[in-house]
Amino acid sequence: MAYLTILLDGTAYGMILFIISVGLTVTMGLMRVVNLAHGAFAMIGGYIAATLMQRDVPFFIAAILAALLVGIIGAVAELTLYRPLYRRGDLAQALMTFGLTFVVIAALTSLFGSNVKPIAVPAFLAGLTNLGFTDYPTYRLFLIAIGAAMAIALWLIIDRTLYGARLRAAVDNPRMARAVGMDVNWLFTGTFAAGCALAGLGGVLGADMLPIEPFYALRYLVIFLVVVAVGGIGNFKGSFVAAMAIGIVDTVGKFLIPGTSAYIVYVLVIVLLLWRPHGLLPAKSAA
Amino acid sequence: MTARPALSGPALAQLRVGPGRFGWLWHALPWGLAIGTYFFAGAYLTLGTAALEMILFTLSIDLCLGYAGIVTFGQAAFFGVGAYAAGLLSIHLTPDPLLGLLFGTGIAAIVGLVTGMLILHTEGVTLMMLTLAIASMLSAFALQASSLTGGDDGLQGIHISPLFGVFPFDLWGNTAYLYALGVLFLWFAAAWRIVRSPFGRSLDGIRQSPRRMRAIGTPVWWRLVAIYTLSAAMAGTAGVLKAQTNQFVGLDSLDLLVSGTALVMLILGGTRRLYGAFVGAAFYVVVQDIAAEFDPFRWMFVIGGLLVIIVMFLEGGLMGLADWARDGAARLWTRPAPK
Amino acid sequence: MTAPAPALSVRGLSKSFGALQVAQAIDLDLQPGARLGLIGPNGAGKTSFVNLLTGMIRADAGAITLNGQEIIALKPERRVRLGLVRTHQINTLLNETSLRDNVAIAVAERENYAWRLMRFTPQWRRCLAEAEAQLAAFGIHDLADRRVAELPYGQQRLLEIAIALVLKPRVLLLDEPAAGVPAAEAHAIHDVLERLPAEIAILMIEHDMDLVFRFAREIAVLVQGRVLIAGTPAEIAAHPEVRAVYLGRGTA
Repeated sequence: MAYLTILLDGTAYGMILFIISVGLTVTMGLMRVVNLAHGAFAMIGGYIAATLMQRDVPFFIAAILAALLVGIIGAVAELTLYRPLYRRGDLAQALMTFGLTFVVIAALTSLFGSNVKPIAVPAFLAGLTNLGFTDYPTYRLFLIAIGAAMAIALWLIIDRTLYGARLRAAVDNPRMARAVGMDVNWLFTGTFAAGCALAGLGGVLGADMLPIEPFYALRYLVIFLVVVAVGGIGNFKGSFVAAMAIGIVDTVGKFLIPGTSAYIVYVLVIVLLLWRPHGLLPAKSAA
Repeated sequence: MTARPALSGPALAQLRVGPGRFGWLWHALPWGLAIGTYFFAGAYLTLGTAALEMILFTLSIDLCLGYAGIVTFGQAAFFGVGAYAAGLLSIHLTPDPLLGLLFGTGIAAIVGLVTGMLILHTEGVTLMMLTLAIASMLSAFALQASSLTGGDDGLQGIHISPLFGVFPFDLWGNTAYLYALGVLFLWFAAAWRIVRSPFGRSLDGIRQSPRRMRAIGTPVWWRLVAIYTLSAAMAGTAGVLKAQTNQFVGLDSLDLLVSGTALVMLILGGTRRLYGAFVGAAFYVVVQDIAAEFDPFRWMFVIGGLLVIIVMFLEGGLMGLADWARDGAARLWTRPAPK
Repeated sequence: MTAPAPALSVRGLSKSFGALQVAQAIDLDLQPGARLGLIGPNGAGKTSFVNLLTGMIRADAGAITLNGQEIIALKPERRVRLGLVRTHQINTLLNETSLRDNVAIAVAERENYAWRLMRFTPQWRRCLAEAEAQLAAFGIHDLADRRVAELPYGQQRLLEIAIALVLKPRVLLLDEPAAGVPAAEAHAIHDVLERLPAEIAILMIEHDMDLVFRFAREIAVLVQGRVLIAGTPAEIAAHPEVRAVYLGRGTA
């Protein structure tokens, strides 16, 4: 019985990882930009929502507003900071985004202090639901549901819409996409903004499991990157599978072997990346 | 990191050794400052020692990243391994500092060798993430193995016996500073030599084009493993110094933050300029100390902001600024030779 | 009298990427001193073939013998040291490094100095001297100090060949040596190709038919990973199937 609870916990955790990391994998696959500030965007979303809720904005409205605001911030950042670095390569992007993370952490600390900023779950989602075999936190069930819904919605967008088709084409072959006349610039900005918005949303929703505090951006950065790497950079489906796998393995691992929990994930990731450097489900077949 | 317009002839200038005629001055300046700090720093001597440790650590990353092009965000792993190894040796076996130095450096080198062999056939983002994953793994392990490492509280009770049996490590930090300076000098001399050797040149080639190097028969993987191991040893020594001079090792030694900070120091100073590590690390340590008096987080803001600005506008770091100034001065001072 | 052993011998070399077969049981022999032109329509698998030979791509099946030694299991670096050298279709040079150093590093690698940690030992000076001699032989000695990035494309291409030669190859694979070179600079490349040492076995991929017919004593036509036909330039020029392949009729 305890196993099912753990499994549910892992699934909820995986959903949050997915919502946050999907933006990262798409932008890394699309723009080939290493974005170490992605955790910072998620964190900013959490802070915005928390601030709004302190002014009695309801949870869901706050979450959506936060996501939108983070999206706008992301768009601005893309235009001013990221774009000039596309041609400069991995290292320059990694360093700039790393510095950006520092700046965000410092700014948010001076604004909010270094304590955890709690985000209150709305009343109707708080408490437990009777699942028959156990009473389980309603909010986590909500996370699982919303995560699945978002995964389906995003998949439909990417697979069925014109935007999605353009996105996939540009990920596959940016030069070709440009040659065919796609306005790659707007595609980049829009997608980056969407990715940041999703990260912000994930930050708000996941505040229960990933507490909002200034070092959030660095603390969970590795996990987000790991989800991307394991799923395959640019691979949407892969990021879902990887997020779920890592969420569940991490949670189950912590439960089964309390001593090794924290680092068992990393060991597995290392083994995995060595076996398949391009991720479990590489986005591209060999060219 | 960037191409530089060749003002002077030989391609050796791309290494920016420093003005040829005044080469000795170029070397004398930083070391003179370092020695001078010993005499004039007063209460700030411990800060100076911290700066020396950071310089060594930053140098290790420069070798790896600046010269060989291995993007590593996980160098702190070796720093921490060296620190913990030396600390544990002093607690359980012998408080002799030199043995601790050898032991910590050796363990860090072994970890570097093993992990390097595992991950260095990958490249780019995958490699970067693997270095991150390894560092995170070691960090989490250190937290978990609290009976060994002291966990959250850190490794305490480190006692270091006097250097050579004569010079004690005291609160004023005199021995510590000169000890660190000596160790730094030895490693610096080694790095200087390596960078200018055929081995160093082949690393530079690997950074520019692994494909080209393979096409001339270079065993790329082996070379990268070699420099990675060396760099790990160097980082380990820096960790040992920190453990021995502070007589304490905390979990933060393994932190991503330490790796990141060193990268900042490196970029600040300028990559592929060994003295860039001096400039960057010294600058950082001073800024952090000053800013920490006002606001513990303001230094993060400054450093992060500087990093962004330097990456976007000042590709060569602060040394790059010095280059630019010197190029300008040289242009003013010399007249083009008549053909 | 038995025929001399081929410098390079390929048997049944095969490779496919999913449904795409880039090499279908290719058989090929290169005698010492050979001048073989490898031609074929785009996408026929010519560069892939070279990549298979050098080891950049791992073959699915087949055997490659270099001077009697089986090399199919060897890493690319090892094959170079055994005398199998290539140039690249797109310049693959150390762009931030000077011409002299580009060549000198190759010499150092060949002589096994490159792992040395000693700075500027006499051997390194010898590498530099040989590099200068090589650059002089190619007529680009006055540019020795300049960085590759500063040079026009044609001269970079020359450097690519210069480096390949300095490695003392037994088998040289030239991947479209004149590709991308403006007509004004192409004659330098043609000169160099004509003066390549006679004992080296050379395989050249090219699209420039004039160059191929001038250079090659033998031509092989590669279509969809198969050697369609091989023979002397005259035979190939007259062959109806070859014309069909190039003009798009006939063989699908």
